[in-house]
Amino acid sequence: MNVVLITIISLGALGTLAAIILYFVAQKFKVFEDPRIDQVEEALPAANCGGCGFPGCRAFAEAMVKADDISDLNCPVGGADTMSAAAAILGKEVEAAAPMVAVVRCNGTCENRPRITNYDGATSCTIASSLYGGDTGCSYGCYGLGECVDACAFDAMYMDEKTGLPVIIEDNCVSCGACVDACPKNIIELRKKGPKSRRIYVSCVNKDKGAPAKKACSVACISCKKCQKACPFEAITIDNNLAYIDYEKCKLCRKCVTECPTNAIHELNFPPKKPKVEKPAPEAAE
Amino acid sequence: MLKTFSLGGVHPAENKFSAGKKIEVLPIPEQVSVPIAQHIGAPSEPVVKKGDEVKVGQLIAKSTGFVSANIHSPVSGKVFKIDDVLDASGYKRKAIIIKVEGDEWNEDIDRSDDLKTDITLSGEEIVKKVGESGIVGLGGATFPAQVKLSVPPGKTCDVLILNAVECEPYLTADHQLMMEKGEEIMIGTEILMKALKVTKAIIGIENNKPDAIAHMSELAQKHEGITVESLKVQYPQGGEKQLIDACIKRQIPSGKLPIEVGAVVQNVGTTFAVYEAIQKNKPLFERVVTVTGKSIEKPSNFMARVGTPVSNLIEAAGGLPEDTGKVIGGGPMMGKALSSIDVPITKGSSGILIMPEKIATRKPVQNCIRCSKCVSVCPMGLSPYLLMTVSDKAVWDRAEEEKIMDCIECGSCSYTCPSSRPLLDYIRLGKGKVGQIMRSRTK
Repeated sequence: MNVVLITIISLGALGTLAAIILYFVAQKFKVFEDPRIDQVEEALPAANCGGCGFPGCRAFAEAMVKADDISDLNCPVGGADTMSAAAAILGKEVEAAAPMVAVVRCNGTCENRPRITNYDGATSCTIASSLYGGDTGCSYGCYGLGECVDACAFDAMYMDEKTGLPVIIEDNCVSCGACVDACPKNIIELRKKGPKSRRIYVSCVNKDKGAPAKKACSVACISCKKCQKACPFEAITIDNNLAYIDYEKCKLCRKCVTECPTNAIHELNFPPKKPKVEKPAPEAAE
Repeated sequence: MLKTFSLGGVHPAENKFSAGKKIEVLPIPEQVSVPIAQHIGAPSEPVVKKGDEVKVGQLIAKSTGFVSANIHSPVSGKVFKIDDVLDASGYKRKAIIIKVEGDEWNEDIDRSDDLKTDITLSGEEIVKKVGESGIVGLGGATFPAQVKLSVPPGKTCDVLILNAVECEPYLTADHQLMMEKGEEIMIGTEILMKALKVTKAIIGIENNKPDAIAHMSELAQKHEGITVESLKVQYPQGGEKQLIDACIKRQIPSGKLPIEVGAVVQNVGTTFAVYEAIQKNKPLFERVVTVTGKSIEKPSNFMARVGTPVSNLIEAAGGLPEDTGKVIGGGPMMGKALSSIDVPITKGSSGILIMPEKIATRKPVQNCIRCSKCVSVCPMGLSPYLLMTVSDKAVWDRAEEEKIMDCIECGSCSYTCPSSRPLLDYIRLGKGKVGQIMRSRTK
């Protein structure tokens, strides 16, 4: 009996002593963590995609709490709602950033861009790009090996087997930019989603001169400058034999789309143009 | 027992169809396109412009740094334009396109066949002249030769090793060159020995070329300090590190150059080019190219001018066979499939290999079965299966730890893999990334 008692008392005393030491040590080395970080993290989508430029949502939450000015921080996945909710926790307000969406700037389908070689190497766009310019005459276009699709964590992309090009499912795309980084040819770009998802963009990145570009692909930008002349808002620049539409300046008038001789400029989600009312043919004189 | 390197290696079917075929001089094409980037290092800077008349051997693009090389006109004629041309890299890159008119050589080039044995230039002058003549490693790596000949301060070189291994199956360019230009190669070796201030040179030849071993050994007796080493047939014996290991049993530490163990390796083709540059004042603008393949009519060795379209060589060897699957620039192990046969040959083109579709097509990739064949054949003692996985999953720090940068890209792993996994493709990808990361760290 005595042994049991001694054991309980001595262990109890030892435990109490350790607890007291631990208490003071914990006080001394206490790490203060802003409780708001947890709250902000809670408000974020927990996708950990890196689309904000930080390694995961926790790091982004820390950055938000730390920063005085949060206007250049943005969670593209959560969008305006998430950002305002997170800002509210910090007692701040944010301007809603315009939603973005990934755009594939290549329309070199099997029909438009005939294959001249066969590739049977490793299924990786980066490896293919280190070996050659591609299985068509265009050395700027899509390889069609789907590295962007593999990079997408939101099921927002798939490879269209008919065209051999990746397709973006707009409703799922959160504009995290993973596909943009994955593409070794810099074909994919994040562009402003636009009102009612209406967008106009040049679906080509070929920097060759007009003739070789057109020879390799029937829908290539041939840098004819017609679109530049047609644009009333100076939104189109031509650099290195390639037209580019600045989405900040573009007012979606669609003049360039009709001008483009190779249909390299695409419009998305616009209602179909009213068919021109054909003038009734003058009745043949009898 | 014959000497060879200590780790790994494979022995693919040799298929040297063009062995013993005399070197034929290829007719000059109507037009050549000379890429300005045909060596390792900085691309050269063109010094001619559209419409200029050029002669054979005239400087047309000059070196732009220490690791870079001059380029000389391979033909005489008029510069048609300087434009982007598809080359062996698979991309359109800048090249000087010359329309050929006649065959007028620079006056100071000695075009006679006489053997010139006395070496008048001093060691420093030789290195300078080699640099001016645009000589690069002709084994395929195209590393500027004068850089290798400039021994960095604090290091000493005691032996020159001549790479006459030609371990790649099919290729016979170096073999044939030794048979026909043995004397010139011997003098070239003496020139290199003088430049490096060494008294010993070893010519390493695999013993599948007994005629070359006999011929070179006989010639070597007349030259002091030069010996011929007969080596076991084992790929990749022609790798610099493997050859040093095989010939003098010295191992180069990871990440270091051969000079660390006091050796310099030069290819026999390069040595012949050095002879011509020093003794005949002829810069590098033509080379021996093997055109071969299982179903090609006339496997041949051609002396071809740089810039000649590959299609001309194939035509001269009997045309493209109907069952062609791939046209490979270089040998079957390290060469690269060309995306077009209109690409020009460059200083580094040792061979054009035409593969029938049946053998050229890759087999479907299967899962790794952990047989560790790739580990046992790797001549650098790496674990290719692991390097492929870490490269695929982008674990770059692990790739660096596993010494991915030591890979010599010989392709023994991919060759031996029973699951046909593209090991080397992924390792190359990883090497590129890790190299980038390491360079950014030192900046």
